[in-house]
Amino acid sequence: MSTTIEQNKGFGATLWDYLTTVDHKKIAVLYLIGGGFFFILGGLEAMAIRIQLIKPANDFVSAGFYNEILTMHGTTMIFLAAMPLIFALMNAVIPLQIGARDVAFPFLNSLGFWLFLFGGILLNASWFLGGAPDAGWTAYAPLSTTSPGHGVDFYVLGLQISGAGTLIAGINFLVTIINMRAPGMTYMRMPLFTWTTFVVSALILFAFPALTVGLFLLMFDRLFGSGFFDASMGGNSVIWEHLFWIFGHPEVYILILPAFGIFSEVLPTFSKKRLFGYTAMVFATVLIGFLGFMVWAHHMFTVGLGPAANSIFAIATMAIAVPTGIKIFNWLFTMWGGSIRINTAMLWALGFIPSFTIGGMTGVMVAAAPADYQYHDSYFIVAHFHYVIVGGVVFGIFAGLHYWWPKMFGKILDETLGKITFWTFFTGFHLTFFIQHFLGLMGMPRRYWTYGADQGLELGNVISTVGAFLMAIGAIVFLYNVIITTIKGDKVSGDPWDGRTLEWSIPNPTPHYNFTQIPLVRGLDPLWIEKTEGRKGMTPAEPIGDIHMPNPSILPFVMSLGLFIAGFGAIYQIDNPIWLVVLIIGMGITFGAMFIRSVKDDHGHHIHKEDLDKGAGL
Amino acid sequence: MVENTNSTNTNLEYKRAKRKEEMKQQVVTFALMIVFTIIAFTMVTADLDKLFVIPILLVLAIVQVGFQLYYFMHMSHKGHEMPSLMFYGGVSVAFLTILTMLVLVWW
Ligand code: HEM
Ligand SMILES: [Cu+2]
Repeated sequence: MSTTIEQNKGFGATLWDYLTTVDHKKIAVLYLIGGGFFFILGGLEAMAIRIQLIKPANDFVSAGFYNEILTMHGTTMIFLAAMPLIFALMNAVIPLQIGARDVAFPFLNSLGFWLFLFGGILLNASWFLGGAPDAGWTAYAPLSTTSPGHGVDFYVLGLQISGAGTLIAGINFLVTIINMRAPGMTYMRMPLFTWTTFVVSALILFAFPALTVGLFLLMFDRLFGSGFFDASMGGNSVIWEHLFWIFGHPEVYILILPAFGIFSEVLPTFSKKRLFGYTAMVFATVLIGFLGFMVWAHHMFTVGLGPAANSIFAIATMAIAVPTGIKIFNWLFTMWGGSIRINTAMLWALGFIPSFTIGGMTGVMVAAAPADYQYHDSYFIVAHFHYVIVGGVVFGIFAGLHYWWPKMFGKILDETLGKITFWTFFTGFHLTFFIQHFLGLMGMPRRYWTYGADQGLELGNVISTVGAFLMAIGAIVFLYNVIITTIKGDKVSGDPWDGRTLEWSIPNPTPHYNFTQIPLVRGLDPLWIEKTEGRKGMTPAEPIGDIHMPNPSILPFVMSLGLFIAGFGAIYQIDNPIWLVVLIIGMGITFGAMFIRSVKDDHGHHIHKEDLDKGAGL
Repeated sequence: MVENTNSTNTNLEYKRAKRKEEMKQQVVTFALMIVFTIIAFTMVTADLDKLFVIPILLVLAIVQVGFQLYYFMHMSHKGHEMPSLMFYGGVSVAFLTILTMLVLVWW
């Protein structure tokens, strides 16, 4: 089982291994593959959007189909690409960074992944079953409650299922970081990536329930005849907007804070300096997390909440720029006077700082409520959030992948190809989105499927589409890089970057149980402290002993499959009550699996200390 | 490890005394909670002025939640700092959100 060496296994055994795994390192790989797949899918949708807009009155896609691609692009990128890719990095790194052998709840970890995957598949099944959701990723009522067909139903149930997975993953990381840190790792000695993961998990815990509630209400309105958002039945469609953005704004911080954490690891390592202003960085992270809950109505300035609400939310929103600014300066000061190595991971970090700063500045511009009446629902907004999400989150994911690839897969991604990716993607990104600020100011509205020839929007849109192709080329080169490195790359040591944090004290490949002995942490950047004092590795905090590890299980997969089946039943029962049977069967599978999990004792297994140095469990 | 010394006996006595004290508190709070519930129900059935009843009901409810958390779920004990932080963090976010809705958005 887990004690066999990977290479000797057949395809079936490897597949079974991954279907049942509860090992955070393998779940990270699953998240990477799942998130990467949806990233490509969302990227193809983006290309279709840009091709449609390359010239006025184009008919590459029809108006209705355009709405579907646009909706699915946003939904896929946020929920099915960016978040899972971030979870991939968290899973790969967090237990190693805090000196733990696994996460707190390995079983739930696997359940979180499968829920995400089945939710994503359910959502995308809509393409083949009469049309995808078409009410925008924000699914505003009454557009979403009245959208014909089943598209929006797939949106509701797909997101409900994958959202449950996200909530589970968030709770898991909270408990892991609170309870499983190695001896000596106090809160103020945690690496910044751990800190941001911690704050993000708390944001998930508090923000996702708002989405859950909103989706439930929407589901009742669409599938069971209620009228929460229907004014003619005494409902109120603005409630959806509130619920969505009470979740939605924290969500954008759920995406960006881990990226901040990644840059806070990459910059010190390649500047050979301690992170400048560690305490301020931690404080700023927590403050951003807290303020993130108090600004949701800045997405609703034009709804008509009145001047008092608009001014308070405008000021609260602008306040967030302060801790964010603190972070930008701390990154700059981290590099100041350092001995800087510029490789691909570092390039992404360097590219991030100016790109994200532009996005933050347009953020403050759109946060000025009166001015936002001009910007709102124009391409200026599209430019703003792509500058923060692509220039922040996607750059962060690329930086993190290049930085931790040797930890995850034992090989360094090819540097030349990496730099080609960076420069094409970086150039393409600014070409695509910078001009969109001006398109927006010239009056090009957001989410329209085409524009007229007499509006002076041609040149800007051509430039934007050319940029999108450059980004696509960059992404393809990255994929090629992954393949070629996997085939040809050389195995590296456990510490190829001369790292500072605990994960780099582990040999390559990382043993199944991560640490033979749990290390003793003596300060911030624990490995660096040991290095400066002339030691080779960490001082252990415990004698060598038997190691307790959790058992693999297929149940998380079965539970998620059950909900997936139940989802179809819930969607189609409105056409024909016979589908209620499917709903019940699906729920039965899920509850059955939960029942087995509850009554069957599973105490895990021990790896005996005699077997540890013989490479057991690699 | 620490318990394995000569102080075991005194330690045990101290623990026992402490448990007894806690038990007493739990009984008292339990009684109080029942009284609160009776007050609440009689107030509602007694047809008093709404403006008078609702605030008192809210106060009684909050006190009861406090009792529950501190006397029955041991939040006063050591090692509950993180749950408290999460709890009060969540409560204050929810409170601010509802307050915003009430006074800014729907007023
Ligand atoms: C200095 C910090 C920021 C400020 C002041 C800010 C402000 C705003 C405001 C006021 C809007 C609404 C504009 C409108 O629709 O009229 C907005 C939209 C948006 N922002 Fe930001 N923002 C900031 C940072 C971020 C970050 C870090 C992200 C994500 C990583 C982000 C993602 C978005 C998204 C996705 C939207 C559009 C949502 C939609 O309507 O679909 N923002 N921002
Ligand atoms: Cu926002």
